[in-house]
Amino acid sequence: MFYRETGQFKTSYAADQQIFPIRQDRVGVILLLLVAFIVVPLVAGSYWFNAILIPFLIFALAALGLNILTGYAGQLSLGSAAFMAVGAYAAYNFQVRVEGMPILVSFLLGGLTAAGVGILFGLPSLRIKGFYLAVATLAAQFFIVWCLTKFPYLSNYSSSGVISVPGVEMAGFTFDTPQSRYLLVLSIVTVLALLAKNMVRSTTGRAWMAVRDMDVAAEVIGIRLMHTKLLAFAVSSFYCGVAGALYAFLYLGSVEPDGFSLDLSFKILFMIIVGGVGSILGSFLGAAFILLLPIFLDISLPWLSELLHLPFDGATVSHIQLMIFGALIMFFLIVEPHGLARLWQIGKEKLRLWPFPH
Amino acid sequence: MINKFKQLAIAASVAAACLGATLPSAYAAEEQFFMLPSYRVGPYGANGQSFYGGFIDYLQYVNMKGGIDGVQITWEECETEYNNAKGVECYERMKAKAQKAPGPIHTMSTGISYALVDKATADKLPLAMMGYGLTSAVDGSVFPWAFPLVTTYQMQASAIIKFMKDKNGGSLAGKKIVHLYHDSAYGKEPILALQAESKLNKFELIEIPVAHPGNEQGAQWQRIRQEKPDYVILWGWGVMNMTALKTAQKMGFPRDKMIGSWWAGSEEDVIPAGDAAKGYMSATWNVSGKAVPLIADIEKTVYGGGKGNLKDTSKLGTILYNRGVSAAVLSVEAIRAAQAKYGKGKAMGPDQVRWGLENLNITEARLKALGATGLLPDVKTSCDNHEGSGKVKMQQWDGAKWVPLTDWIEGNKALIHPLFKADAAKFAKEKGITPRDCSKEK
Repeated sequence: MFYRETGQFKTSYAADQQIFPIRQDRVGVILLLLVAFIVVPLVAGSYWFNAILIPFLIFALAALGLNILTGYAGQLSLGSAAFMAVGAYAAYNFQVRVEGMPILVSFLLGGLTAAGVGILFGLPSLRIKGFYLAVATLAAQFFIVWCLTKFPYLSNYSSSGVISVPGVEMAGFTFDTPQSRYLLVLSIVTVLALLAKNMVRSTTGRAWMAVRDMDVAAEVIGIRLMHTKLLAFAVSSFYCGVAGALYAFLYLGSVEPDGFSLDLSFKILFMIIVGGVGSILGSFLGAAFILLLPIFLDISLPWLSELLHLPFDGATVSHIQLMIFGALIMFFLIVEPHGLARLWQIGKEKLRLWPFPH
Repeated sequence: MINKFKQLAIAASVAAACLGATLPSAYAAEEQFFMLPSYRVGPYGANGQSFYGGFIDYLQYVNMKGGIDGVQITWEECETEYNNAKGVECYERMKAKAQKAPGPIHTMSTGISYALVDKATADKLPLAMMGYGLTSAVDGSVFPWAFPLVTTYQMQASAIIKFMKDKNGGSLAGKKIVHLYHDSAYGKEPILALQAESKLNKFELIEIPVAHPGNEQGAQWQRIRQEKPDYVILWGWGVMNMTALKTAQKMGFPRDKMIGSWWAGSEEDVIPAGDAAKGYMSATWNVSGKAVPLIADIEKTVYGGGKGNLKDTSKLGTILYNRGVSAAVLSVEAIRAAQAKYGKGKAMGPDQVRWGLENLNITEARLKALGATGLLPDVKTSCDNHEGSGKVKMQQWDGAKWVPLTDWIEGNKALIHPLFKADAAKFAKEKGITPRDCSKEK
């Protein structure tokens, strides 16, 4: 009844080509952004900002990066954490070594450096596909972490190899409160997510999808494979790189190469699998699921065990949490292999027919 | 059927409300809250179980003896799995509770400590890092809220060198020493100190990294065999230690020429290596065993009263268990010191606990009164020196237990402490911190 585009006539190309062509979607997104930008900073506490919202947004951005590469361009990658590391270390080096460097430019340069490295490690994708490509990107994962450990220059000769980032300042304003950090992360993620949403329905995005669905056919209809694949690697790594820079500067405050391990890459991969491969929304849903569910279980299980007088201690709770988490992932993959984003889509289709389904 | 559910739900919610109503009364007395971002599962879970088991047992012990001058201790654990992001989440979750009357925070993880240094400073919560990093926090003028108490990697490395020197008639000139280390922040921190020592004592230092987790060290030990060093310093963690000992045995390198750091010197490191570990030495800042009166008393009081934290009581008296107890002793003593200044029998606020940590003075007499003689070295901190001791002991594994070889050995403070100063100054510059003036602190 409410979610129906009847009566919305598009009379210009501009109206037809907007990012969200249906009015209800547009209103929904604007409302969501208003809530995120205005209501959340007013009501949320520092735990919500520091432990939930900021990491959620950062990982959503990283998942978005991987989704562009894997979901849209069909190139499997296990190197997302490494590209995050490149972004974090590059942004740190630009910030520390260049006097008076604006922080946003550092983030941007961090992303661009990651993009460059991404292109380099994307080169094998021109020859190999699927699982074999995943193994090649695995090389990036190990090489980059090794490289950051090996060359003390990259960590500004820190005796321990751990970098501790300087404070984030912009035009005299210091981002030291959780709210301000959250708003900065949110702004960057919003801009990049809208850009991505726009990009995947442009020529570039369509070329990616053509390559994903069948690269020989794509080549036949005149899509340049090398150009398309490497562009996907570059854009994806850029997103991961910016996410890495945000991770270092606005979330943890100090990072070491070991923190960007294969585990983190897998985590990001799980996010897009659970959230929805080939969906911008899916990246956010997946990040929320993978990050928040363990925290939710962590908080609710001890409470539950106390209520029911079960003899759980901290370690048991952690084990149970892992089991429930694993079981839920399997459940979702069996019930909805296309991820949470697909559930949302089905929900929307149902909503269009409601209350008179045929 | 639905009605039944409804009834059940009402009954449950009534019960929950009753439970909720009874809770607040427990918070009436003066209390000091310890947040414990601990780890009991994951790759290093076994280590965490012993350490936090000992830590909690001591807090329980203090409570059973009437608290800290009447102030009861409460605590809450949060599982970090030795993961930095999880550690931060735990910290954020518990910090609101800790803001009123905190105990020092122990993460037992270099990575989590690094991530928390800035946050704890901003939130004004005292962070203790006993025997790990951030080691440059020894300079309290730059790091008012962080305390690498007792000793640091650098001072430990220096003490190990001193021990070798004593064994070699006072000189290491012309000797060859290999630093075999876990290639992470933990393994790298002592390198600068070792380089300075090598320059001073004219021995050749060879640095050989082992990638995490270190369960394959064939290449590294090939190289050690070629170099024929006089000593190998083993700066390992977890499975790397056992592998190093076994590989050394295979390559025929004498184990009594290998000296480990204190994270390479617990029962968990040597027992899996079997008889390859016999004769291996390591540094430690606390002794093992139940001979210390305090440990025996904890066993009697806490475990006798059925309130022990360890499920596996065979871990009682192990190196890491005793280390947990030592860490708790220092934390409680800091609160006692604060109470002596700000009022006995009151819960101490963050600033007061920080003052207590900065003005610790645990003498041999005090250790004796606690029943902890010989468990840990004497500690005296100040604004200039958040480390407070810098002393370690050498111990040797005889195949069944760790046997202390020496008395407390202090590292070369004159050589090492300027390194901390320089590092802290660099940190302050990068972060734009103005160091406070230590001469004005009281």
